[in-house]
Amino acid sequence: MTAYLLKRLLIGAATLVVASVVVFLMLEVVPGDPARVMLGMNASEAQVELLRDQMGLNQPLIVRYLDWARGLLSLDFGKSYTYSVPVIDLVKERFVVSFPLAIIALALSTLIAIPIGLFAAARRGRAGDTAAMAVAQIGVAMPNFWFALLLVYVFAVWLRLVPAGGFPGWGAGAWPALKALVLPAVALALPQAAILARVTRAALVEVLGEDYIRTARAKGMPMRAVMWRHALRNALIPVLTIMGLQFAFLLAGTIIIENVFYLPGLGRLVFQAITQRDLIVVESVVMLLVAAVIVVNLLVDLSYALVDPRLRTRQ
Amino acid sequence: MKQWKTILAAAALALASSTAAMAARTDLVLGMPLEPPHLDPTAGAAAAIDEVLYANVFEGLTRIGSRGEVLPDLAESWTISDDGKTYTFKLRSGVKFHDGSDFDASDVKFSLDRARGETSVNAQKGLFAPIDSVEVVDPATVKVTLKNPLGSFLYNLGWGDAVIVAPETAETNKEKPVGTGPFKFQNWAKGSSITLVKADGYWGDPVALDKAEFRIIPDAAAAIPALLSGDVQALPNFALGDALAQVKADPRFKVVIGTTEGETVLSTNNKRPPFDNLKVRQAIAHALDRKALIDGATGGLGTPIGSHFAPHNPAYVDLTGTYPHDVAKAKELLKEAGLPDGFKATLKLPPVGYARQGGEIVASQLREIGIDLQIIPVEWADWLKQVFTDKDYDLSIVSHTEPNDIDIYARKDYYFNYDNPAFNKVIDELNLTSDEAKRAELYKQAQKILADDAVNGFLFELPKVGIWDAKVEGLWENSPIQANDLTKVKWAD
Repeated sequence: MTAYLLKRLLIGAATLVVASVVVFLMLEVVPGDPARVMLGMNASEAQVELLRDQMGLNQPLIVRYLDWARGLLSLDFGKSYTYSVPVIDLVKERFVVSFPLAIIALALSTLIAIPIGLFAAARRGRAGDTAAMAVAQIGVAMPNFWFALLLVYVFAVWLRLVPAGGFPGWGAGAWPALKALVLPAVALALPQAAILARVTRAALVEVLGEDYIRTARAKGMPMRAVMWRHALRNALIPVLTIMGLQFAFLLAGTIIIENVFYLPGLGRLVFQAITQRDLIVVESVVMLLVAAVIVVNLLVDLSYALVDPRLRTRQ
Repeated sequence: MKQWKTILAAAALALASSTAAMAARTDLVLGMPLEPPHLDPTAGAAAAIDEVLYANVFEGLTRIGSRGEVLPDLAESWTISDDGKTYTFKLRSGVKFHDGSDFDASDVKFSLDRARGETSVNAQKGLFAPIDSVEVVDPATVKVTLKNPLGSFLYNLGWGDAVIVAPETAETNKEKPVGTGPFKFQNWAKGSSITLVKADGYWGDPVALDKAEFRIIPDAAAAIPALLSGDVQALPNFALGDALAQVKADPRFKVVIGTTEGETVLSTNNKRPPFDNLKVRQAIAHALDRKALIDGATGGLGTPIGSHFAPHNPAYVDLTGTYPHDVAKAKELLKEAGLPDGFKATLKLPPVGYARQGGEIVASQLREIGIDLQIIPVEWADWLKQVFTDKDYDLSIVSHTEPNDIDIYARKDYYFNYDNPAFNKVIDELNLTSDEAKRAELYKQAQKILADDAVNGFLFELPKVGIWDAKVEGLWENSPIQANDLTKVKWAD
């Protein structure tokens, strides 16, 4: 187990190094000058040059990369060109929105998807299964910004139960902050739940054909108990894999939902930074996200071992 | 039954008290689509900076009013020497910065010297280039000497980029702006909102609002429900597109369509063949149908223009008839230019609605005379690089939003690649003239030259689309300068 963990950590570190080079080079290739973006159309070329100097953009590529990479190693992510504050502060502000949102959405999606998957698998081929999967199919096909707007019109404009968008900050109290996250979490969770429900059903259907299930049924175990104790547990590995991927997506890939609810999340930070060519913010945030994905994948791998004892002893 | 009555009574009471609270309302939440990159108007070109801070937090020696007029601000009055080179400003007394320090002549000297200094990265540094020296005469008097007379100097001092800042706080204004205005900065939740509150001890007329919050709503589709749910009460300048129809008929809101300083042009690379040929540019001008363009790109709200000048300006002349929409004439001109079969070119479009939608319409209009345009969508930073800086383009569409900016056509190496000594002469003369009537005459000449030369395709003036709660009063109808001046805003009882 320790050797396995070490190997995974090494692969993770290598991934980070490769990612840092790729991210850095990609942003170098993209045309656009952060100094010109800041100064706009009325500034002279000499002045843009002056600002480039002040931003340190006129140094050679390799020097800038090493400076940045050295900073990353000591957890110093540099200073934003446009905001002129440390990148880490920007990330912290956004993380306290994006992380709870991702957790709530993932929890919601799991709570919806697993029971539906169980329900459908237990009635495989029957009306209940068809109906459940049809609903799930709609969930997969539904554009989430459209669904989000629908939620806004019903719950914010019509019923006025929650705000239409925005985030008051945790400083305004836990309840107002959570209230602001309810609709986005639902909008994010339902399409994810639809996918997860289909995966759960497929995995369960496969497991239900195994011999040990028939044995359990034959010795008189009720269907319900068989589903929970034997089938679900064995079907969990693909489900966990999908959940891991979904969490990574929910953390930063939710720019559309963040726009609809004008939430100050990580996705919008990256998007804004790209349009303003705030390269250092893009680079550093992408690196943090790469690290987050690596950690999540590691946790998923470790959780395999939790659900499957065989993986604990295998080298 | 009895219970029901109690509940109803309670509800009625709650309703009554809430309407009472509405009447006394002194807070306002405004939605804006773009977040300012920082909060220092003297260090960036982004319109969003001025839209939050101009006139609210920061003030200059002069300011621009709602009709584009120059008004005294921190300078109470001024005298101009006979040679037009020396301006002596009498400053207002009793003015304090929000950090409690006093405002005086040394702050003016500091601000102007900083803006024009060698290391200055003021986005409008050119405004300060004509200044020769700034002298503190006494704490309440400043003397500014110009290298040569400049007719628009007082107007220039009213730009957001020319506001007065204190030496102690100048470097931290990006994060924590400290000005002399009627509102002081309270909080910036990045990506979310910026909050201003009423400043104590303001020198001028007290403002009615106690608190103003600018909320960043990047999506027009999200801005409407925010307004409908009451989360925001004003969208002072929002390109809403089709979403506008949704609230237009709603009596709870006022829809106010105003003008801006945004001349939207089909930017043309005047040095690149075949656009270096006047006949080709004239052919394009004849091929453009402004009405169809305005309907398609601005929902019919833009104002047609025939040169690079805002229609609300007193010196404006209507030149839209210079090259009327006439496809036959356009084809004729192309033939005379030796291109009877038309040609291929590119049209690079920045990521704004009017450009992307307008671009499709322009392309289809030019196809009628045989010009085959390949549309290339680019993002903003990319546009600035490829089109504006490198001048690697044939045609583009963009709105030039700086006020009174006809002089850009006289700039060397500006991306239009236009160079006409006759035009430059008019602008030079304009710079030396301060008599209003003479200036207007020169402006008219300048407009005429650009229209005749068909330098760019002159399309329309960008509209300002504002929607706010019907009870909100005092927001600007037009946008003569990028600002959301809240000094006169209040809730009607």
